[in-house]
Amino acid sequence: MPIMTDLHTELKASIIEQLNLEDMEVSDIENDEPLFGDGLGLDSIDALELIVLLEKDYGIKLTDPKKGREIFESINKMADFIEANRTK
Amino acid sequence: MTNLGVEHWVRITKGKIILDGEVIFSSEADIARFLKTSFKFLNIKYPKFHKMDRLSKLGFVASEIALKNNNIDEETALVFSNNSSSLDSDQNYQESVKEFPSPSLFVYTLPNIVLGEISIRHQLKSENVFFVEDEFNANLIIDYSKQLIESKKANKVLCAWLNLHNDEYDVFLWLSSESHKKEASEEQIRKIYDADYD
Repeated sequence: MPIMTDLHTELKASIIEQLNLEDMEVSDIENDEPLFGDGLGLDSIDALELIVLLEKDYGIKLTDPKKGREIFESINKMADFIEANRTK
Repeated sequence: MTNLGVEHWVRITKGKIILDGEVIFSSEADIARFLKTSFKFLNIKYPKFHKMDRLSKLGFVASEIALKNNNIDEETALVFSNNSSSLDSDQNYQESVKEFPSPSLFVYTLPNIVLGEISIRHQLKSENVFFVEDEFNANLIIDYSKQLIESKKANKVLCAWLNLHNDEYDVFLWLSSESHKKEASEEQIRKIYDADYD
């Protein structure tokens, strides 16, 4: 049984809103689904928006953008990273 | 001297979309809702539309209608013009800077981004230009288009006046080519632009 926390749901809702993923609902995004490439099909500008989202909503400043590749792999990875590093 | 003709034209203004003189869509909603419903009216799947700025959305909808069932090749050029440049997006971006500058707003702070969006959609690898003028200048667009066709850089040119300012939109887009019979003279183009479609 996959673990679904409030943070997972909150992240999905924020991504849908911030990245203008019209016609998409929270339930359409799987926790382990790739966010880039074949999954949600996000692009490089979306990646920058996700970096902004981390700082704005969770107080996490990503100093090494290369880390984004790993952190933004899926909702699960993002949630784990936020739990471990959030300042708000 | 090359004489250009109009294959199809699209006018989008005051809640109406007009194709070749016929109103094909109308809505009294505000611009945000108008863009959303006009996209639905196109009945296509293109998620990137929702990420575009409003100027690009207007250009996308107009070109989608004008180019539907039209045989264009990758050399089809784009000659666009407006008065307000990308001011609509510039202002939104400036607003975002107060908190966190938005990368996705920033990428639309140039008027010619819409040309890229249309080129991606229709896989164009052609000449393109975006003039910022005081007002609709049919002569400039026609002369530039003729030049492109005479110098064999394009067989067809998608021409447009694409203006958005303070939520008011004024779009006139036409597909121009040498072969077509309907004349695309300055007078004729001006006449279509100035006509009242109420």
